[in-house]
Amino acid sequence: MIDVDEMERLPRAGLEAVQLRRLRKLVAGVYERVAPYRAKMDEAGVKPEDIRSLTDLQKLPFTTKDDLRDNYPFGLFTVPMDEVVRVHASSGTTGKPTVVGYTAADISMWADIMARCLAMAGVKKGDMVHNAYGYGLFTGGLGAHYGAERLGATVIPVSGGNSKRQITIMRDFGSTVLLATPSYALNLADTMADMGVSPDELKLRVGIHGAEPWSENMRQEVERKLGIRAVDIYGLSEVIGPGVSMECLETDHGMHVLEDHFLPEIVDPETFEPLPPGEKGELVFTTLTKEAFPIIRYRTKDISRLITETCSCGRTLVRMEKVTGRTDDMLIIRGVNVFPSQVEHVLMGIEGVEPHYRIEVNREGNLDTMDVQVEVSAGLMEQPEEERQALTGKIRSEIKDLLGVTCGVELVAPKTIKRSEGKAQRVIDNRRL
Amino acid sequence: MTVEQLAVFLENKSGRLAEVSRILAEHDINIRALSVADTIDFGILRIIVNKVETTREILRKHGFTVGKVRVAAVEVEDRPGGLASVLEVIRQAGINVEYMYAFVHRNGSRATLIFRFDDMDRAVEVLEQAGITLAGVDQA
Repeated sequence: MIDVDEMERLPRAGLEAVQLRRLRKLVAGVYERVAPYRAKMDEAGVKPEDIRSLTDLQKLPFTTKDDLRDNYPFGLFTVPMDEVVRVHASSGTTGKPTVVGYTAADISMWADIMARCLAMAGVKKGDMVHNAYGYGLFTGGLGAHYGAERLGATVIPVSGGNSKRQITIMRDFGSTVLLATPSYALNLADTMADMGVSPDELKLRVGIHGAEPWSENMRQEVERKLGIRAVDIYGLSEVIGPGVSMECLETDHGMHVLEDHFLPEIVDPETFEPLPPGEKGELVFTTLTKEAFPIIRYRTKDISRLITETCSCGRTLVRMEKVTGRTDDMLIIRGVNVFPSQVEHVLMGIEGVEPHYRIEVNREGNLDTMDVQVEVSAGLMEQPEEERQALTGKIRSEIKDLLGVTCGVELVAPKTIKRSEGKAQRVIDNRRL
Repeated sequence: MTVEQLAVFLENKSGRLAEVSRILAEHDINIRALSVADTIDFGILRIIVNKVETTREILRKHGFTVGKVRVAAVEVEDRPGGLASVLEVIRQAGINVEYMYAFVHRNGSRATLIFRFDDMDRAVEVLEQAGITLAGVDQA
């Protein structure tokens, strides 16, 4: 038996041998069982036998969110649905969510993966893990929960919201580890200050923050206000959920990718050519071990770079730099992925509005707010005020239903919103991270 | 009390294990106990030696990747039940065994069980409390 410490410190030759064997098995299985992948591979003229080295990964076609949308909901699964014990969903680009699935073995493996991530931050049996990530279709809450339980820690499944109660629980139960988005962590810090609770009254030692981008400045703010070490975690549901990469305590530069499970690449965002290690580009992942929903060369649209220099923790797992931006227009609002095209999808289905809208994002008191301005039709301008108010309410509730985000809605007169010559500037993001 | 174990990564090519043992022999390093963990992709040679740092340096100079971890060396009587009694104590404490191997003493009455536990500190505490002898090995 090889223990986890040994696995994470293998020389590259060993790790790459593991990766190649797993990659070959993955490609063969997916080619046999998933018609859409087989079709794409046939079109690209690639057969499973053509994968003989890790660089042969580049022969395989990419997968994007569009492929998931085209095969909604379960078309890319490798097993019959009675073997799928869990599904999760995250935002799609239009009206349908992105759906992922897990077998019992996948759930157990995910728990091990998350347990390893938590261990990198020093979490262990005996810790009181305060899980403020949202529980539900979002992979964050349950993903972190199962990992903490696998580690043998005590899990408090608070989920999001009700900040005052969360502070009371932290103080009374003695939470030692905080799992929350970075902005929610700061929101909790503000709530604490309002309640007159000092960080010294709490037993919090470390925070593990992800699901949205955050800067080094924000990290220092979280550490200072909560009196904890704050580390970065990364993941996405299409690959597994949280647990794709994790910062160790020994360094605060870069997150170790769990490379025995997820093969990372960086490609040029325009040409899609693989880039040499150290260069910035689009992050692409291939899952090596997932059963129900494996994914080949998934283009994340996140921008990062790979750090190959050895880490002081001794782990040889490659690190990825904090994600610094996206190649598309996706926003993350209070930890929820939002595509402007989803707002457009809602608006197009409502009578009385024109397809001219603008989204403004702000951060007030550490909580993201989204306001949508949309032009009404000339006809509606002549109607009584109640009609327009009813419409405002309708738009707000349909956006909430589809996106899962509550936003402000403002109806404006026709021709108010600036037209643009080329690509429409739909989003104004005033947040400074 | 724990003992230092070296773990040598072996690529899955024939002759690697023989090469390591030849190098150790050439440098007069005596192996007190050893175990080879095998996966499809590579092997790991785990050894307990007297001259820990010297051995590590020698192997590194020859291009081998060598890790070092603490393991527990538990002494038991060399008779049936020796291993079972130790494992029972560990099980009751909810500790997991990552791997283990053993060697018998020259005089034949005692054996040493080498353990790597998932929580080494607690395991040592629990074993000592149960009156189980943890041995040292004369290591430099």
